[in-house]
Amino acid sequence: MSAAIDNVPASAAATADTRDARAAWALSAPALMLFFGVLVIPLAMTVMLSFHDWGQYKGIEPVFILKNWREIATDPYYAEMFWRTFRIALLVTLITAVLGAPEAYILNRMSGRWRSFFLLVILGPLLISVVARTLGWALLFGGNNGLVNKLLMSIGLIGSPLRFMFTETGMVVALAHVMMPFMVLSVWAALQRVDPQIENAAMSLGAGPLTIIRRIVLPQIMPGVLSGAIIVFSLSASAFATPAIIGGRRLKVAATLAYDEFLNTLNWPLGAAVAVLLLLALVLIVVGSNALIERRYAEVFR
Amino acid sequence: MPFLELDRVGKQFGPQTVVDDFSLAVGKGEFVSFLGPSGCGKTTTLQMIAGFLDPSRGAIRLEGRDLTAVQPARRGLGIVFQSYALFPHMTAAENVSFGLEMRRVPRAERAERVRAALAMVGLAGYEERYPRRMSGGQQQRVALARALVIQPNVLLLDEPLSNLDAKLREGMQIELRQIQRNLGTTTILVTHDQNEAMSLSDRIVVMSQGRIEQIGTPQETYERPASAFVAQFLGKTNDFAATIGRVGAAPARLVAGSWSAPAPAGLAGPVTVSIRPERIGFGDTGLAAKIVTRIFQGNHWLFQCESECGPAIVIRQNDGRPQPVEGEAVRLVWRPEDMSLRGAGAAA
Repeated sequence: MSAAIDNVPASAAATADTRDARAAWALSAPALMLFFGVLVIPLAMTVMLSFHDWGQYKGIEPVFILKNWREIATDPYYAEMFWRTFRIALLVTLITAVLGAPEAYILNRMSGRWRSFFLLVILGPLLISVVARTLGWALLFGGNNGLVNKLLMSIGLIGSPLRFMFTETGMVVALAHVMMPFMVLSVWAALQRVDPQIENAAMSLGAGPLTIIRRIVLPQIMPGVLSGAIIVFSLSASAFATPAIIGGRRLKVAATLAYDEFLNTLNWPLGAAVAVLLLLALVLIVVGSNALIERRYAEVFR
Repeated sequence: MPFLELDRVGKQFGPQTVVDDFSLAVGKGEFVSFLGPSGCGKTTTLQMIAGFLDPSRGAIRLEGRDLTAVQPARRGLGIVFQSYALFPHMTAAENVSFGLEMRRVPRAERAERVRAALAMVGLAGYEERYPRRMSGGQQQRVALARALVIQPNVLLLDEPLSNLDAKLREGMQIELRQIQRNLGTTTILVTHDQNEAMSLSDRIVVMSQGRIEQIGTPQETYERPASAFVAQFLGKTNDFAATIGRVGAAPARLVAGSWSAPAPAGLAGPVTVSIRPERIGFGDTGLAAKIVTRIFQGNHWLFQCESECGPAIVIRQNDGRPQPVEGEAVRLVWRPEDMSLRGAGAAA
């Protein structure tokens, strides 16, 4: 008798539980299907493709060989190309951090009207296509009598024209410009969490302006700088449009090389191997540095 | 010579006068509160003393020396902010130590003073904690230790207790007062909480709309409010319309409804009688009133009455004697020396 009574709510609860679970799956099914359809499946196919064979006349052969991976591992061309990709990404990250953090700090100290104006100036470029912006840089660089060279020579900073087109320098300058908003936004977000009275507190304890920035402000916006750096680094390392326009055929990075293998040489398996390697390297770097940052700042920040 | 002196200080933001004609002399070791509603200019005045804002007019002097010419970093004041403004990336000890580092205090002495300061505020053993892992009350104590460890000339407290819950706030008030007495640090507290101002301060500066309404000891401002504003702001009060008049050759009398008393000299015509609720008693003659509600509050009873001269509040101690019930007709009486009188024109 008592067992029967006890059973009723228990089984009712159980069906409610299974119903809840079923509803949860059903409701997330569209998103899961989209995730599988557009991300997991193409990615898995790309990984598989990288193990296929390819020949000038036979095309793609669906067999399992390590030819592409061996080629990437042994040919120094690929090592140099990957090294260049990450060197450029690292330089771009450094430049955006060194310029973007002060930019965000100054922006944060502006009064309301100027702040919204300059925020628009900083974010405005995001509304313009990367291709258009990079072509703009190409016009500015344009050979020996480009505007940038003329300007630098007229103020006496350089004696003879610098080469920007088809060089790493040009790529870094253009990419830094493209990536700057991401860094500024990230630091800006970190600055919003800083107590506005904290600089006054430091000042009242006898700290000068430089000490305040070095010991009070910088440590607090460091997580913002680092998360901005992760975004900028991964976007720069996988950037395509800017390296393609500034670097051209001559100076390749991972993304442009993969593109060329796919669409010019038609060696899809080799292109797939390059793309997969870039993805793996980026995931490792991003996850690794993120873990480091979180461990470093876990105590201090939420 | 006063220790800290504000001489006709004023602050203007565009066309708006935020602080006007603020003069105050603070003695060494004194605890002064700026009390007023939000927007009355009390925090602005504090920020001018701290140096975060420049006064538009007037002078601020510390031991006779003009303070407005001194950089905020060189003023040597200890400040506790409403938000505490602790450095979140530093431990409690590093927070407290920061001011000493700026003063180039040698490492060994620094460690000793930091330890002593944290012990003074009851946080011994919390040296390595980060602010985020401390409660509001503990953060408050760190902020206080950080301000006091530099042995400031003046301690400025900007609503330091307003983020704490009521129980903790009372405890901190007592502790703050004890620490201040022991160290003898001249202290200025900004608050909108009249109880806080009264229980902590030697003197209270009551402010309203950028102006000083009254400067006095807590007792003076409570018992003898200089204006209707002060009377209303510092606790509950009853205002009754009354008249001073004479019938024939008899001496003038002050009359409020059925209550009357010999009139004090110097006033005539309509006046406002201001009387604290705890100074009113129930008697056989006096202002006729009816009890509307009776609220029991443990150590006292609160009566809301409807009297001849409008609504009235009466507070009676719960001394075990029977109290009138709701709906009962009563007579309100008080001693003439317990009330304050204002000419009716001044009432606002």
